[in-house]
Amino acid sequence: MTFATNHPVSRDQAKVMNRFDITKRMVARLKHDEAVIGGIGYTNFDLWAAGRRPQNFYMLGSMGLAAPIALGVALAQPQRKVIALEGDGSILMQLGSLATIAGRQQKNLAVVIMDNGTYQITGGQATATEQGADIVAIARGAGISQSAWAADEAAFEELIDVTLREDGPWLIGCRIDKEKPADTTERDPPRIRDQFMRGLGVK
Amino acid sequence: MDEEAPNRAWHEIVRDVLKRHKVSLVTYVPDNVLRPLIEAVHADPFFTAFSCAREEEAVGIVSGAWMGGTRGIVLMQTSGFATLPNAIASLAVPFQIPVLMMVSERGTLGEFNIGQSLVARTMRPVLDALAVEHHTMTRLDEVEFIIDRSITQAVATQAPCVFILSPLLTGGKVFAK
Repeated sequence: MTFATNHPVSRDQAKVMNRFDITKRMVARLKHDEAVIGGIGYTNFDLWAAGRRPQNFYMLGSMGLAAPIALGVALAQPQRKVIALEGDGSILMQLGSLATIAGRQQKNLAVVIMDNGTYQITGGQATATEQGADIVAIARGAGISQSAWAADEAAFEELIDVTLREDGPWLIGCRIDKEKPADTTERDPPRIRDQFMRGLGVK
Repeated sequence: MDEEAPNRAWHEIVRDVLKRHKVSLVTYVPDNVLRPLIEAVHADPFFTAFSCAREEEAVGIVSGAWMGGTRGIVLMQTSGFATLPNAIASLAVPFQIPVLMMVSERGTLGEFNIGQSLVARTMRPVLDALAVEHHTMTRLDEVEFIIDRSITQAVATQAPCVFILSPLLTGGKVFAK
C-alpha cells in the first residue's frame, strides 16, 4: 500500500499541527471544484475562515454526520471528489459510518479528521483519542485500508494530493493543537444549502 | 398508475411510486416488515440500496445526495426513528432538505415487546413538535396517493416527510412465542 508509505503508524508519532493552517493548505490544493463538508464546531469555522468556496457545506448541528453527508454527495456526483472534514469528538459519535463508507468503497470520497483530543468548543474536555483511541487504526479496522496519519504539513499536502488524484475511499488523520478558530461560520442554513447546491451545479 | 399491474402488494406500490419520482437512493436499517421492500429495491438496478449502522447516518447520506442532485429515502422501524430528532431538527428542517422517511410501525396493534410499545409513543409527538409532515398508511388503496402526492409536496416545499406503515396495512410483526 503506497498510501501509507513514509507516514507514521500511530497517532503518537504524528506532528501536532494547526487546524487553520492545514485547512488553508488543503483548500489551496482544490482546483477542480471538489466538495468539502465541514463538520460542526471549530473544524467548520476554520473551513469558513479559509475562504468562501461555493462547494463548501457547513453543518450547524447533527454532530457526527459530516462523513455520511459527504458519502451522499459522493454517491450523487461520482465524477467529483468529496472531502469530509470532521473532528475527533464528532467521528467518535458515528464510527459506524466508517464501516458503511468502507462497504461502499466510495472511490471519490476522503475523510479528514482534525484530532486535538478534546471537545474544544465545549470547554476542552478530553475525548477518547486523548486516552488512546486511534482513529486511523479504527478506520483501517472498519475497512478503509487507505488510512494514514499525516506526519507533518508536507506529508498532509502529499496525502491530499494523492486522494485527489487516485481512487479512495481515504481517511487522513491530523493531530492538531488547541488554537481557537480564525473566524465563525455565518449561521444561515438555507443560504448555506442553496449556495452549496449551486456550487455543485444542481441548481 | 393505470399501466401498472393490479393487485400489487404495498411494497410493490411503494417501489413503483419511488421509481416514478426518481427516488433512486434507499438507505436503511433493516426491519422485518420492510423486508419485501428492501428485497425489491435491491433486486431493481434502478435503485442504489444499502444498509447503514444507524438511522442518523442514513439521513445524513440522503441529505448529501439530495444536495448533489439525487433523491433518496430512509427506511427504518419506530425504535430507529427515536434516534432521529436531532438530525431532523438540525439538518433536514433548517437546511430545507426533503428527506423522505418510511417507518415500519412497531409498538401497537399486537406488540409483544414493551420497549417497542413505549418508544413508539414518542414518534408522532416528535414529528408534530417539529411540524414535520407525516402520514400513516393503513389501507392498500391509499398507499399510492399518499406517497405520490407527498413526494411532490416534499420536493416543492423543500421539507422532510415521513410515511408510517401501519400494521393494518402490512400485517405488522406477529407475536410468536
